Amino acid sequence: MLGDNWHKAAFGNYANSSFTDLLRQTSPELLPSELTSQGEMPSVPHGTTVLALRYRDGVIMAGDRQASEGYQVASRRIEKIFKSDDLSGVGIAGAAGPATEMARLFQTELEHYEKVEGENLSLDGKANKLGQMIRMNLPMAMQGLVVVPIFAGFDERSGTGRLFKYDVTGGRYEETDYFAQGSGGKDARDSLKKRFKREMSRDDAVRVAIEALIDASDEDLGTGGPDLMRGILPSVKTITRSGFSDVSEDEIRRNCEAILNDRERL
Amino acid sequence: MPLPYYVSPEQIMKDKAEYARKGISRGKAIVAIEYKDGVLLVAENPSTLLHKVSEIYDRIAFAGVGKYNEFENLRVAGVRLADVKGYSYSRGDVSAKSLANAYSQALGNIFTQDIKPFEVEVLVVEVGDGQNGTKNEIYHILYDGTIEDEKDYAAMGGQSDEIRRYLKDNYQENLDFAASVKLGVRALMVTQNKTLTERDLEVAMLDRGKERRKFRRIPPEVLHQLLADGTE
Repeated sequence: MLGDNWHKAAFGNYANSSFTDLLRQTSPELLPSELTSQGEMPSVPHGTTVLALRYRDGVIMAGDRQASEGYQVASRRIEKIFKSDDLSGVGIAGAAGPATEMARLFQTELEHYEKVEGENLSLDGKANKLGQMIRMNLPMAMQGLVVVPIFAGFDERSGTGRLFKYDVTGGRYEETDYFAQGSGGKDARDSLKKRFKREMSRDDAVRVAIEALIDASDEDLGTGGPDLMRGILPSVKTITRSGFSDVSEDEIRRNCEAILNDRERL
Repeated sequence: MPLPYYVSPEQIMKDKAEYARKGISRGKAIVAIEYKDGVLLVAENPSTLLHKVSEIYDRIAFAGVGKYNEFENLRVAGVRLADVKGYSYSRGDVSAKSLANAYSQALGNIFTQDIKPFEVEVLVVEVGDGQNGTKNEIYHILYDGTIEDEKDYAAMGGQSDEIRRYLKDNYQENLDFAASVKLGVRALMVTQNKTLTERDLEVAMLDRGKERRKFRRIPPEVLHQLLADGTE
């Protein structure tokens, strides 16, 4: 066949627009592989509370910054909310190493698709793809390296923000209003349950997200609260029609201070 | 049984080259121009859906002339190569130079080994960040794998010699964006006796001011505005 020799020799033989499939064929060693090792898994850092909630213009994602290893703090400043493309983000919870790697692979996957096909995947397509990646990780999850991210984005087709949670087998479930994942996830969900309102303004939604993180850090050992002395603040991102953007550190600090002040008076 | 008759290797290569050149010269031209904030790519392309200019990676763009299926094949292979490299090392390690070399190898192999050579020429363009002495890079790869790096401007496709001559006479360094678009469009018009409008053109650029992914297409409305500004 025409060009076949060259095709095989230079770039491998494949014919679709999935980056994961491409890796599987050309460099399988780069894929998060199936662990076959025996014995006990050494302890690894775990990420902790991430959340997403809908508001008027789209969806907000937020996460604390601490990684824990057993009862120890492994890192105080890790980032848990990753931009996966212009209109979506992933919040990682679970074993930090494989989770960050999954977020990176997912990001490349979306960009690769966009470049090869010349258009973006639908939000449902992206959510399903992430589910498949979590399923790929199942053998590692069985060894204790569980990765359960949340995924949120702006759906251009419906014109709204949407968010998805996953289970360890890759099962994908859409949530209508809000969700939080990780060791402090339950506390954050309780907090969101009381404070969440439909169609909140951006400022209100940012505050509700930060309050939920502070509540989670109050109750959960593995979740780091805002550390104003060291200048470590939770990360908060908004995803709207006009794209993925960071909430400025100033604004987060102001919110944290206001919330802590209000609580002092109680 | 007919006897296989002898044809000299020289003759075979000459025939192949002529065949490829003929195919390419039928196609419409593309120019690349370095301007103040990056590199501009202007192609004559009446289709809005099938692109001749596209994004490969953060700082790298691709342009192809000739047979669509052939350069599209090369483009996708380039995206794959770049994405795998960027994923296995880091995003900063993906360079136009290694990609251009891969294209050169691939086209060279096809030219010598396959019966039919690719009827394409491609440009691989990388925008430098302007600091630390990193410069823009423009690589021009021909149907037989010949590779050359160009400076300031490049042209390829049908009647590209005339276009190149025009650019040589009219190119200035540090042009602003609007001026470089006009220069590019005028250069493409040198070889024909009609005016090119936004409907006949595909314009994209690598804009060094952008975050991470530098590639940007210019929508037809904006292009219309740009071209209308200077004509009075």
